[in-house]
Amino acid sequence: MATPRTIIDKIWDAHAIVTRVDGDTLLWIDRHFVHEGSHHGFGQVAARGARVERPDLTFGVADHYAPTRPNAVQSPEVRAMVAKLDANTRTHGVRNFGIGDPRRGIAHVVAPELGLTLPGLAIVCGDSHTSTHGALGAYAFGIGASEVAHVLMTQTIWQSRPRRMRIRVDGALTPGVAAKDMALALIERLGAGYARGCAIEYAGSAIRGLSIEGRLTLCNLSIELGSRLGLVAPDETTFAYLRDRPFGPGGAAFEAAVANWRELASDDEAAFDVDIAIDGAAIPPTVTWGVNPEQAAPITATVPDPDRAPDPLKAEAWRDAIDYMGLRAGMKLTEIRVDRVFIGSCTNSRIEDLRAAAAVLTGRKAVVPGLVSPGSMTVKRRAEAEGLDRVFIDAGLEWADAGCSMCVGMNGEEVPPGERCASTTNRNFKGRQGKGSRTHLMSPAMAAAAAVTGHLTDARPLLAGRRP
Amino acid sequence: MTPFTSLEAPACPLGLANVDTDQLIPARFMQTPRAEGYGKFLLHDLRRDEAGAPKTGFPLNDPRYAGARAMIARKNFGCGSSREAAVYVLVDSGYRCVIAPSFGDIFSSNAIKNGLLPAIVSEADADALLANASIVAGGALRVDLAEQTIVAGNLVVPFTVRTDWKQRLLNGWDDVDLTKSFARDIAAFVAADAKLRPWARPVAPDGEN
Repeated sequence: MATPRTIIDKIWDAHAIVTRVDGDTLLWIDRHFVHEGSHHGFGQVAARGARVERPDLTFGVADHYAPTRPNAVQSPEVRAMVAKLDANTRTHGVRNFGIGDPRRGIAHVVAPELGLTLPGLAIVCGDSHTSTHGALGAYAFGIGASEVAHVLMTQTIWQSRPRRMRIRVDGALTPGVAAKDMALALIERLGAGYARGCAIEYAGSAIRGLSIEGRLTLCNLSIELGSRLGLVAPDETTFAYLRDRPFGPGGAAFEAAVANWRELASDDEAAFDVDIAIDGAAIPPTVTWGVNPEQAAPITATVPDPDRAPDPLKAEAWRDAIDYMGLRAGMKLTEIRVDRVFIGSCTNSRIEDLRAAAAVLTGRKAVVPGLVSPGSMTVKRRAEAEGLDRVFIDAGLEWADAGCSMCVGMNGEEVPPGERCASTTNRNFKGRQGKGSRTHLMSPAMAAAAAVTGHLTDARPLLAGRRP
Repeated sequence: MTPFTSLEAPACPLGLANVDTDQLIPARFMQTPRAEGYGKFLLHDLRRDEAGAPKTGFPLNDPRYAGARAMIARKNFGCGSSREAAVYVLVDSGYRCVIAPSFGDIFSSNAIKNGLLPAIVSEADADALLANASIVAGGALRVDLAEQTIVAGNLVVPFTVRTDWKQRLLNGWDDVDLTKSFARDIAAFVAADAKLRPWARPVAPDGEN
C-alpha cells in the first residue's frame, strides 16, 4: 500500500519536476498572477533580453495602484505603475485585467471568481496574500521579485518541501462570529510567526461549515500566522462554487476534474509535523489593538497591561504598540474611538463580506466617514443588484471601485497620520495604511458596527434579528 | 548573484522583534526604479521623527555603526509582505547579513536571491550578541558562512542556514541558468502532465483568446 499522504504532499508531488540532492525541488507552476508591483520582475526579464515562457498561464491584474474613488486624482507616479503593467503584459502577450476591464479587481478576488483558481493547482503571485487561493484547494504562495522573474522566464520555481501543519477547528462558530474572527483568534493564540516554514491544512467541521468566501478570508491570513500557504481540501462546497466559472473547465471536463479533485483530500493516516485543534464554538469576535496581527483580543476584553506581560521582550513590544496606537493599558477595547472605517481588501471584500456589513448598517447611520471598496467590479455589480450600495450610501459611507485601496495606501487612498481606522484588512503594522496611521483589524460586521457607534463595538447586538 | 563567503565589519545591533516589511520599506517608496538605489528608504519611518529628522539613539543613526554590513535583530525579522524591496533597502545600504532567531519565509528566500545571508541564531545567542561590548562599541564582527560561525571579540556563536541556500550563497548560483539546465526534464513533465491533468489549463471564454 502506498504511504498515506497529506493534500500538501499530493499537490507537491504532482508538480515536482526534479529534486536536487540538497532537497531543493523544481516545481511546475499552473498560474502566475502579476500586478503593478511586478515591475521589478519584468525588469529582470528585460535585463536578460528574455521572454515570458508561458503567457497563456500568466495573468495581469491591476490592483495595488488602481484608483478606487471614482474622481480620485492620482499622482503621475501612481498612474505610471498601472501603465507599466499594461505595457509589460502587452509586450509579452499576457492577458491583463487592466483598469478598463469589467472583470478587474484584486487578484485574489478576481482569480477565484473567474475560475482561474482551481483545486490542485500550483499558483504564485508576487504578493504574500496569494495564500488566499488555498481556499479552493490550490497550493498557492507569495513570491518575491526575483522569483517572479524566474517564473516568468521558466514557469517553474525552486522550493523545499514545507513542514506540514494541520489546524483543526471543530464545532460551529456562534452567531455574529466570522472567518475573520477565527483567523485573528488563531494568530492571537499561536503567534504571528507560529507557522513559519510550514504549509497549513485547515480542517474540521467549523472549516467545512465555512462558505468559499469565509475560507478565502481564513487562507488569506495564513501569512500573518507566518505560513506562505494555507489550504482547505476541496469538497462539495468547492465544486458547487466552481461550476460554470468563465475560465474553468466546463461540461464533461468539469466532471472529470471533480473526480481528480476528490482524490486530493489528505489520506486518513497521513502524518502532519504539527497538528493542533481549536474549539470553533469558543471563538469570540476578535479585534487587534496593537501593531501586529497577534496583538489581538476578544472585543469584550481590555488593552493588556505591559507590567503583566509574560516576559520583558513582550512587555517592551506591548508598551511600544500601546504608545504608537495612542491607547491606555487596561482601557476597554469598546472605549477606543475610531476616526474612520475601511471595508475592503483581499481579506474581506467579497459579496458575503459586504452583505455582513450591510446587515449591520441597514437603517442606521455611520457617525464617522468610511470607504467601502468591493474586491472586484464583478462583486460591485452584484452588490448593486442586491441594493447593498444603497445601504452603504444611505448610512453615509462612500461606495468605491475595486482595488487594494486603503489596505496598503499605494493608490493614494491613505489613513491620515494619527488617525484611527477600523479596517477589514490584513495588517495593522505601523504606517501600513499611510504614514502614522493606526489600524484595528476586524470582520466586516465589526467594522460596520464601529462606523455606527464611532468606537470599537461588539457587532452581535447590532445583528440581532438580522440576517447577513 | 554575488557569492557570500564571509564578512568582517561592524554590525548594527537593531535589537527589535517582528520587524515587518512595512517598517523595512514603507509602501509609498516602492514606485522607485531600482537603479536609483533603495538604501535611503531603510527603516525610513522608524529611524526618523515626525519632522523627518533622524532620531538620536536609534541604532541605525548611530555613527558607531555607520559602516555596518550585518544587522542583529530579534525574532520574526522580515515578516509581512513579499516585497523584495525589503531586501533591496538592506543590500543597497551595504548589508550582506541579518542575524536573528527567525525570519519571515518570503523575506529569507528573497534575501538569498540577492546575496544577503539570513543567519539564524538561538534567542540566547541573539541576546549575547546584542549585549556584546565589542559589537556595541562598533567593533568588527566576523561572519563565516562555510563554518557557520559569528565571531565578535571572544564571543563565538554558531548559526544555521538551509543547506541549499548555503550552497547558492557560497557559489553565487544564478537560478535561471540552473533551471534552464533542466529543460529536458521540464519538457517531459509538461508532456506527461497534460495527460494527467487535462483540466489544469485555463479555458479562454468564448470569443476571446
